[in-house]
Amino acid sequence: MASRNDVATSPGTGAADQADARIEISGLTKRFLTPAGEVFTALDGVSFTVEPGQFCAVVGPTGCGKSTTLSMVSGLDRPSEGSVRVGGREVEGITDGVSFMFQTDALLPWKTVLGNVLMGPVFRRVPKQQAQASARDWLRRVGLAGFEDRYPHQLSGGMRKRVAMAAALINEPRILIMDEPFGALDVQTKAIMSTELLSLWEQIRPSVIFITHDLDEAVALADRVVVMTSGPGSVKAVFDIDLPRPRGSVQEIRFQPRFIELQHQIWDTLREEVERAYALTAGGAA
Amino acid sequence: MTTASTASTTAIADVKDGAARTARRAARRRTALVWAGRIALAAFVIGGWQLSTMWGIVDPFFYGQPSGIWKRLVELFQHGTQFGSFYQNIWTTIQEALAGFAVGAVTGVVFGVALGQSRYLSDVLGPYIKMVNAIPRIVLGSIFIVAFGIGVTPKILLAAVLVFFIVFFNAFQGVREVDRSVLANVRVLGASRMQITRHVVVPSALTWIIASLHSAFGFAIVGALVGEVLGAQSGLGLVIKTAQNNFDPNGVFATMLVIAVIVLGAEWLIGKLERRLLSWRPPAPTEANSL
Ligand SMILES: Nc1ncnc2c1ncn2[C@@H]1O[C@H](COP(=O)(O)OP(=O)(O)O)[C@@H](O)[C@H]1O
Ligand SMILES: [Mg+2]
Repeated sequence: MASRNDVATSPGTGAADQADARIEISGLTKRFLTPAGEVFTALDGVSFTVEPGQFCAVVGPTGCGKSTTLSMVSGLDRPSEGSVRVGGREVEGITDGVSFMFQTDALLPWKTVLGNVLMGPVFRRVPKQQAQASARDWLRRVGLAGFEDRYPHQLSGGMRKRVAMAAALINEPRILIMDEPFGALDVQTKAIMSTELLSLWEQIRPSVIFITHDLDEAVALADRVVVMTSGPGSVKAVFDIDLPRPRGSVQEIRFQPRFIELQHQIWDTLREEVERAYALTAGGAA
Repeated sequence: MTTASTASTTAIADVKDGAARTARRAARRRTALVWAGRIALAAFVIGGWQLSTMWGIVDPFFYGQPSGIWKRLVELFQHGTQFGSFYQNIWTTIQEALAGFAVGAVTGVVFGVALGQSRYLSDVLGPYIKMVNAIPRIVLGSIFIVAFGIGVTPKILLAAVLVFFIVFFNAFQGVREVDRSVLANVRVLGASRMQITRHVVVPSALTWIIASLHSAFGFAIVGALVGEVLGAQSGLGLVIKTAQNNFDPNGVFATMLVIAVIVLGAEWLIGKLERRLLSWRPPAPTEANSL
């Protein structure tokens, strides 16, 4: 409890923790065996680095291996070749200090909102009272105070995402990975959630890998945008976003000239890949 | 201004109230109609049976007669059977069924959850379980009676075997249906294997398990009764068998009625348990009280 408050009041963690939060992805390759017995290369030599406390967005055409990359960063899956290092240590299995927000709803439908947020502390055997207090605090921070006893099916899509956000952040991760977390939300809710995510991130400053198919969202949120090629996925280009922080509302930043310039630059790179991926799938369907 | 808006709010509230009242009246009328239909059907079947035996269309000596069944039922409760009071026989069967149900359900859940989570275990044990499942399990009753005598043990075992397979296959399937992203989520949050089983796998499989318990209790009763028919000193199966030997169809029907009441009672209890354990589920569209 005390340590959380420290973190909340002083943005950015100590220098010792900082190096722990670097993510180095080098030569990451993943091959799957198709049901027909052929080898399918989903990822081919992906390399990029996320500096401690940096917000890194990854964009790329659908099916280029973005989710696959994240499953190897989180330790849910193993690479065929190459490696992921977190804080200098190679990822082999679930890594401590990593939180994941999934594309699909990953809440437990039989647990209340409070129960869902409590999962992280319960699994790490945090004393019950302390866990409860911190879960309530996180629910308040994501704007869900008063909804503790609801079940997920009684919430809207946006509220469920807030619960997932509280559940991911309560562990105070060094690394936060998010796979199109707001992809299923309507435009207005998405903008509000993105702004809230930014302000929460600024409070605890984990290193973030944020996957999205929305380029505006990527530029508005991130310090660095990685563009991936269509399958097999590899890194096509990396852009540093020099928009000043704190950025405030995600809706408003869209109208700044620098935003528009960066957005155009990245879109020029991405468009080619999206068109190629589309041609491939359209050709396959024809 | 204020009064006007208050008045219009009241008017809207009145309209809403009226609509709610109409909807409620329609719902009540529907319930009344359903019950009328049910009672009419029962009167038709039971009355038709009674009349056709009275008019000599069917022979009550072979097929029984509703009034005779009722008389026999009262007799059974008042004077008991040749193997002790009727209550005692009922209790024997309930005990056997409950014990068999408990043993079968617990082992079914344990095996189902274990095999559902372990690829290796399910590969090794899978074919054997399928093989045992293919045996007509009632035959096992004879083996149990030879092995354990005519006490309650063979009936409990037979009931347990019948219950086991139903619960096992459902628990196994339930474990296999656990949502993949939910599993990935709790793994990343740091859950150990035990914690995954406790917080995710079992609650997720519970929907399936409880659904299976409904039919499972019926099978527990079948196991107990068949065991008693095969050889017993007490129990409703024995009462039925004796009635059959005495050409007493009314006695068979009367006992059958009692068994039906027991199963319905158990069903009701399991329904209560279900509502309690699965209270987190969204109400099914038909249950939702949308007016
Ligand atoms: N377990 C798997 N087995 C076989 N192919 C897979 C598997 N997981 C992903 N793929 C394939 O890898 C490619 C990348 O998938 P994914 O990482 O989900 O893409 P996205 O960038 O849209 O998140 C896709 O073509 C997908 O079909
Ligand atoms: Mg994906």
